[in-house]
Amino acid sequence: MKSYYKNDENVAMKLHYDVVRDDFSRAGEASSKIKMMLRQLAIDANIQRRIAIATYEAEINLVIHSYGGSIDVFIKPDCIEVYIEDVGPGIENVERAMSKGFSTATNVAREMGFGAGMGLPNMEKVCDTFVIESTLNVGTQIKMVVNY
Amino acid sequence: MHLKFIQEIIDADVLAYEQGLDLDIKTAFGSDLMSDVLAYVEEDTLLITGLTNQQVIRTAEMLDLKAILFVRGKIPCQEVVALAEEKKILLMMTKETLFTVSGILYGSGLRGISI
Repeated sequence: MKSYYKNDENVAMKLHYDVVRDDFSRAGEASSKIKMMLRQLAIDANIQRRIAIATYEAEINLVIHSYGGSIDVFIKPDCIEVYIEDVGPGIENVERAMSKGFSTATNVAREMGFGAGMGLPNMEKVCDTFVIESTLNVGTQIKMVVNY
Repeated sequence: MHLKFIQEIIDADVLAYEQGLDLDIKTAFGSDLMSDVLAYVEEDTLLITGLTNQQVIRTAEMLDLKAILFVRGKIPCQEVVALAEEKKILLMMTKETLFTVSGILYGSGLRGISI
């Protein structure tokens, strides 16, 4: 199994955003900024869209589930890497969390249109490489890579 | 299908970015689950939903969607309308239900996405 590590080599541009727990009114702002930056850099529209879906689902997860976390985007010559790190309850059973329809989201999240159990499967689907590691009562780390 | 045509046949109110009526969409998708929207919807799709919060606009933004139709007479708050204007996303509202409005649009030739 691939393990999570941040690869600092050949990074052309780094973006960093902090995400606050339970702040539903601002959820999506980081993903919006990332998408605007990728558009400015004239990154292919399909790649933009895949990164937008990946970062947005991750950002919503941070707001819903974590005690706070961050999104780092490394723009490289051949790919875009997204790193999600949080402090939080962790995921008890990652395999189960990855299955479509499984969710532990609160009613508040459901009222916002989330908590359908599609977040992690969506993130995996749009990426070429997806790595998730989680430790109970510590937090979760996710690496997502989209190749050009 | 032209968005102006859609607005006329269902007699929808325009809530934001009226210029969007000049654009076309290819398909439609009706859901209140934004993760399902993110999972299945591609570009040039009309999003039909009863959810009116900010995350609906964010979801449309991530997918480059041009238009959202709110059903069941739901009106979003001013912040949501402003965000749609900023992102150049047409917002419309109908008093009809999701089922009824989908039937009208289907009967007029609009089709859903393939999943």
